[in-house]
Amino acid sequence: MPLVKQGKIVADGYIQVADDAEIPVEGAALIPAARFLADPEALLKRSGPTGVIWPNNRDPEELVPYLDKLAVVALVFPSFRDGRAYSQARLLRERYKYKGELRATGQVLRDQFVIMLRAGFDSFEVKKDADAEAFAATVKRYTVFYQPTGDGRITALHQRMQLRHAENAR
Amino acid sequence: MYAYDEIDRTLINERVSEFRDQVKRRLAGELTEDEFKMLRLMNGVYLQLHAYMFRVAIPYGTLSSPQLRKMAHVARRYDRGYGHFTTRQNIQFNWIKLADLPDALEDLASVGIHAMQTSGNCTRNVTTDQWAGVAPGEVEDPRIWAELLRQYSTMHPEFSFLPRKFKIAITASAYDRAAIKVHDIGLRIHKNEAGETGFEVLVGGGLGRTPFIGRVIKPFVHGRDILSYVESILRVYNQYGRRDNIYKARIKILVHELGIEKFAAEVEDEWLATRDSALTLDSEVVEDIRSRFSYPHYQKLSDTPDELTAASADPHFARWLKNSVAPHQRTGYAIVTLSLKPVGGPPGDATADQMDAVADLADKYSFGEIRVGHEQNLALPSVARRDLPALWRQLDKLGLATPNVNLVTDIIACPGLDYCSLANTRSIPIAQELTRRFANNDLAELIGRLHINISGCINACGHHHVGHIGILGVEKNGEEFFQITIGGRADEHAVVGTLIGPAVPFAEVADVIEDIVEAYLALRARPDELFVQTVERLGVEPFKERVYATR
Amino acid sequence: MTSPLQQKIKITGPSVVTANRTWDGVVIYRDAHNGWTTDLAQAAIVRTADDARALLAESTADDVGAIGPYIAPVAVNDNGTVEPGNLREQIRRKGVTIDLPASA
Repeated sequence: MPLVKQGKIVADGYIQVADDAEIPVEGAALIPAARFLADPEALLKRSGPTGVIWPNNRDPEELVPYLDKLAVVALVFPSFRDGRAYSQARLLRERYKYKGELRATGQVLRDQFVIMLRAGFDSFEVKKDADAEAFAATVKRYTVFYQPTGDGRITALHQRMQLRHAENAR
Repeated sequence: MYAYDEIDRTLINERVSEFRDQVKRRLAGELTEDEFKMLRLMNGVYLQLHAYMFRVAIPYGTLSSPQLRKMAHVARRYDRGYGHFTTRQNIQFNWIKLADLPDALEDLASVGIHAMQTSGNCTRNVTTDQWAGVAPGEVEDPRIWAELLRQYSTMHPEFSFLPRKFKIAITASAYDRAAIKVHDIGLRIHKNEAGETGFEVLVGGGLGRTPFIGRVIKPFVHGRDILSYVESILRVYNQYGRRDNIYKARIKILVHELGIEKFAAEVEDEWLATRDSALTLDSEVVEDIRSRFSYPHYQKLSDTPDELTAASADPHFARWLKNSVAPHQRTGYAIVTLSLKPVGGPPGDATADQMDAVADLADKYSFGEIRVGHEQNLALPSVARRDLPALWRQLDKLGLATPNVNLVTDIIACPGLDYCSLANTRSIPIAQELTRRFANNDLAELIGRLHINISGCINACGHHHVGHIGILGVEKNGEEFFQITIGGRADEHAVVGTLIGPAVPFAEVADVIEDIVEAYLALRARPDELFVQTVERLGVEPFKERVYATR
Repeated sequence: MTSPLQQKIKITGPSVVTANRTWDGVVIYRDAHNGWTTDLAQAAIVRTADDARALLAESTADDVGAIGPYIAPVAVNDNGTVEPGNLREQIRRKGVTIDLPASA
């Protein structure tokens, strides 16, 4: 599956460690949540960036003590209909101030790119090559946003207030 | 009327262009049906038995005459010349082609109408009182808040893939015309001691196979906090709502399983972390939305003009006036309900010609405004009382002056097995037969207020649980049977009706309803004791006896 | 989605595979030549669970052309004409059982 990061298709430097596989001592690795939480201090001392694969039914608050040391948090969309990871993403970014890579994995289609970006994701394991290639064009599809989220885009309500103030100033 | 500005219009156009691309990808095989289904649903596109069905939103039930004309245009150009008004302030077109849908959406977008989130597991069209802004005694116009919630919930980046659909309704009147107690969130506008606007928030109401009446989760949420409070409810639901079983995925099940206290505590915790955020509505923002609702320039007119007095000598007009015309906030004006329940007709349907004609009448008599209510009727919200006789004559010619509003033949019915792929039985023919049985206006008037609701399956789109008489279609060995409940109501005293006994076959339903009504007429304590009041006083037993004694 | 090959399929009599056509939603039936027809008389009729499963699998494979194929019962009359086997399928074939609203 192609990985899109900063708007471009890039090579994925991370090894995704299976539940029963040995955790590599070196190199970039994504570690399943349960194994990470079993010994987080040791794993965060590995040589090489460490990330965690976080299931969508586990409270991301558990990650708070480690967030400044984690290079990646990979959230999971087991089906594109299952939207729990959108809440996790916003909590990680907006409430727990996570600054590292926030990756969308699983059933990721182009039709979700815009809302995923708005929820705080900045990297995407995309299911279809054509969707990954269409990333740049797709995210430009919308220019109006009604809700405030942590992505900093101005909301329609505030855009209107700005327009109104500009008109009044004239 | 709320006027969409360039910002709102841009978003609608961007959505149409996205959907055009999605349809193209679907038809080219780049999207599977499994992938496309959620996308089309979020643009109002269902698949029914014979064709696609297209559900278009009528936000807070308010339409301008150009918007209604555009609905007529869509019905004519892309469908079979009619539309169906639903119980949630939407209109449905039943015969549309997928390949035509992007064009239909683009035509609607030209008048600020869209189909965003009229289906799918997201926040649906936020509904309210169809008399908003004109109903005497309302606390304030609930549409300002409905519009704020519409904007807030449109393409929400966190809540577009909830466990299940999510419906919000708002009322600002003592008499609840928006059925807020059977919504996922019900909001009742009231003022605190300081005179500030806020909401009593109810949660977990809903019908379907497990009906629940909504419970109060917070007696007063200040207007400025309503978005953060709704966000907190949605966030708790998104994370903890069940996703293992579609029939247990609505928020009502989560509230029921956790208990209202525990659920409320979860929401409160979340809200403490959310309330002081960018979601807080400062009064300037609210006033900005309010300022974009335009209100008619009412004249100083008499409530008893000569035209009205003279016309009242005609008993047909007098009957319609008594039945379909309601008081207005302004002296000299009235709210007129247009019955879409003619004898023998499918409830809630209107032809393209009727829609065009109503748009013309709205221009002439009601400041160009039309309303749509959950009872599947239309309304002209601001008609000068002196114009009522002239309006009535024209409505009568159009078949829109049946004097049966809130009476036994003002039936709410789902499309049933004639259209719907989920249905077990038909609904419309039952409704049609009942309107024929009770076609006598004197009889209907004698019976008084009586709501009959019909659903063709357990999903309860006809709200049978909360009908004074509810009729639910079930299939038994390939035959259509119907369960009858009585005593339900959808208003501020909302309650789920009680089953009276074994299901009856298709051909006997109308007889059974006649028996129930006759029993009521014999049992009521006074002529003004309503059917539901008699049921409340006596219980279902006497009705049950009457129905099953000879069957 | 469960593949039809893994589904338990039971039929109680002659059956067809029916679906809706993707571009316009019209009711279609699988024919005996790897295609679809809007005419029930042209539909392939199966009489065993194995044949039904095979026809459904072939139909489901056409995700671009058809939506939601499923097995539906039919009645074959003595003269060979085919009728839908239940009310739902009758309505799908013949249309609504009511008069459609018509503009005057």
